[in-house]
Amino acid sequence: MSIEIRNITKSYPGYTALDDISLSIRTGELIALLGPSGCGKTTLLRIIAGLETADKGSIILEDKDTTNLPAREKNVGFVFQHYALFRRLNVFDNVAFGLNVRPSSQRQSKSEIRDRVMHLLQLVQMEWAVKRYPSQLSGGQRQRIALARALAVNPKVLLLDEPFSALDAKVRLELRRWLRKLHEDIHVTSIFVTHDQEEALELADRIVVINKGKIEQLGSPQEVYDHPANAFVYNFLGNVNVFQGRIRNGKVVIGDHPVDTPHLLDGHEEKNGQAFIRPHEIGVSRIRSSESDLVGKIRDIRIMGSQIGLELETTGFEKLIEAEIPRDTWRNLQLNRGDEVFVTLNKVKVFTGDYEI
Amino acid sequence: MQTSTTRQTATITGSRSKDPIAVQLLLIALTFLFFAGFIFMPLALVFSQALQKGVQLYLDSIREPYALEAVKLTLITAAIVVPLNAVFGVTAAWAISKFSFKGKTLLVSLLDLPFAVSPVIAGLIFVLLVGSRTPFGSWLGEHGIKIIFSTPGIVIATLFVTFPFVARELIPLMESQGREEEEAAITLGARGWQVFRIITLPNIRWGLMYGMILCTARSIGEFGAVSVVSGHIRGMTNTIPLHVEILYSEYNYTASFAVASILVFLALTTVAIKGAVEKHVHNNQ
Repeated sequence: MSIEIRNITKSYPGYTALDDISLSIRTGELIALLGPSGCGKTTLLRIIAGLETADKGSIILEDKDTTNLPAREKNVGFVFQHYALFRRLNVFDNVAFGLNVRPSSQRQSKSEIRDRVMHLLQLVQMEWAVKRYPSQLSGGQRQRIALARALAVNPKVLLLDEPFSALDAKVRLELRRWLRKLHEDIHVTSIFVTHDQEEALELADRIVVINKGKIEQLGSPQEVYDHPANAFVYNFLGNVNVFQGRIRNGKVVIGDHPVDTPHLLDGHEEKNGQAFIRPHEIGVSRIRSSESDLVGKIRDIRIMGSQIGLELETTGFEKLIEAEIPRDTWRNLQLNRGDEVFVTLNKVKVFTGDYEI
Repeated sequence: MQTSTTRQTATITGSRSKDPIAVQLLLIALTFLFFAGFIFMPLALVFSQALQKGVQLYLDSIREPYALEAVKLTLITAAIVVPLNAVFGVTAAWAISKFSFKGKTLLVSLLDLPFAVSPVIAGLIFVLLVGSRTPFGSWLGEHGIKIIFSTPGIVIATLFVTFPFVARELIPLMESQGREEEEAAITLGARGWQVFRIITLPNIRWGLMYGMILCTARSIGEFGAVSVVSGHIRGMTNTIPLHVEILYSEYNYTASFAVASILVFLALTTVAIKGAVEKHVHNNQ
C-alpha cells in the first residue's frame, strides 16, 4: 500500500515539530526516517498512525484520505520503542488482541484466530513462548512479539518507532538483519524511525533525513551516504572531520594549508567554507606521496575492531584529525604513538553556509 | 576503577557495621514504646472499658437499636461513597495522567483540597450551600428534598472528604505505566471501552483496590464534616463516630466504648485487607 504524505505541519507551543513535510512512499518499500532526537520523525510516524493529529496537511493511504480517520480505523501496524506489550496478557493473547477486539460480525472463529496467531509466532520464531508473559521475555523477544501482534491484523502499513534502540548492540544487529529478511518475505510497506545512521543505511530501501521538522535529503542509502545534500546530512551520516577554511584560488585553505578538492572551486569569490573529510578517507603513510600531503604526528591510537582509529596532530590545522585505517595497514606500517607520518586527504567536501560547492 | 569500587563497598559496609548495637536497640525500643503508648494501649483501653461492666452489658450496648441504626447508616454511607469515589478517582486519574490539557496543574492541586481543609469547614460549606436557609436549600425543601440533617448530606460530606484517595493512589501508577499499551490497543482496532476493560483496568486493579480500602476506612471513621451536616438525630442521622460521641457526652462510658470497639474492629479489618493487598502489589512488581 502506497503512502502519500502531503504538506504535514505540526507545531507545539514553542516549536515546530514538522514544517510542511511532503513525501511519497511506494508499495512494499522499507523507508527509514533518520534524524537526531527531537527532529520530528516520531511525530510524523504518530501522525500517520493517527495517534497525533496534524495541524495541516493530509495522509493518503493507497488512494484513500485517512487524515481524519481515528487511529483504530486506520489499520496501521505500530511497533513501539519499548514494545508496549500488554503486561497482563500472555504472548498468545497479546498477538490475538487485534483479532479478538473486532466486532462480532467481523471476528474470525476461535480456531481461525488460533491458526493465525500460531502462524505469526512461527514467522517471528517465538512459537515456544505462547504461554509466557511479557515480563518473562528478553527485550529482543518482546520486540518480536510486538511485531507479530502488529502484523496479526494484516495492516496496510507497518510503522516502527525506534524499534531496536532499547536493545543491546548484538541483539540489535541480529534483529535488524532478521527484520530485513522478514520484510523481503512479507513485503508490507514499512516506515521505521531511527537516530542510528548505520541502522538506516543497512535496512532501508530509501532514507529520509529529517532535521528540525524539515526533510534534508531523500534517497537510497548509497546516494545519501556518498552524495550528502548538505553539511547537516554529511555530519549526521557517520563520523566526519570538520574544518573551518577559506576558499581561495580554487582551493580550500585550512589554516595555511591549501587542500585539493575533487571539484574545482574556480570562479568562486574568496569566502569562508567548511571542509568535511570522513576518517576512512584519510590516508596515512610513511612515505610522502604528493606535494599536498600533510605532516602529522600520531597522538593516540584506538583499536576499534577491524579498523584502527588514529588521532593526528598536524601543523597548520587547529584541530586534531581523526583517521581510520584498516588493521592490516596499521600492522604493516608498524605505527606507534608519537610517530611522524604523511597524511593524505583523499576526499574533501566543501560547503559554504549550508550549500555544497 | 576496580579499586575505587572495592573501596566504596568497603566504606559502606564499614559504616554499617560501625553503627553501635546500642543505637540500634535504642531506636527499636523507642519505636516499640511509641507504638505501645499511642496505639496498643489506647486499643486495649477501648476494649477493657467496653467490657468493664461485663460481656452482657457490652453486647446490649452494641445490640441496642440506636447503635444498630448507626452501624447501618455508616455502612450505607460507605457503600455509596466508595464506588462513587472509585469511579471519580479512575476518571480523574485517567484524565490527569494520560492527557495534557489546560488547567491540569490546577486540577492536581485542587485534588488535595479535601485533605488540606478541616473536615468541619467542609461540612459547613455544604450547610451554607444547601442548608434550609439558603435559596437553593429552600427550593430543594419545597420539592421535598432534604439534604442537610439527613442521609444525602452525610453521603455528600463523606464523598467530599474522601474523594482524593483513589485518584491520589492511581495518578502516579498510571503516569509510570504511560500511554503506550493503550495506544497499541487502539492501533490494533480496540474501542475505548475495550481498551479500558482489557488493558487499563487490569493494570491498575491493585492500586485501585488500595485506594478504595483507604477510602472505606476514612468514610467509616469520618467525624468532623459529618457532624456538621448530620444534626445528630438518634436512629436517623447518627453514624458510628457520632453515636460514640453522643454516648460519651452523656457519661455513658461503657456503651460509648462498646460502640467504639465496633469502629476499632472495622478499622482493624481494613488494615488487615490493606496489608494483604500491599503484599500482593509488592509480589506483583
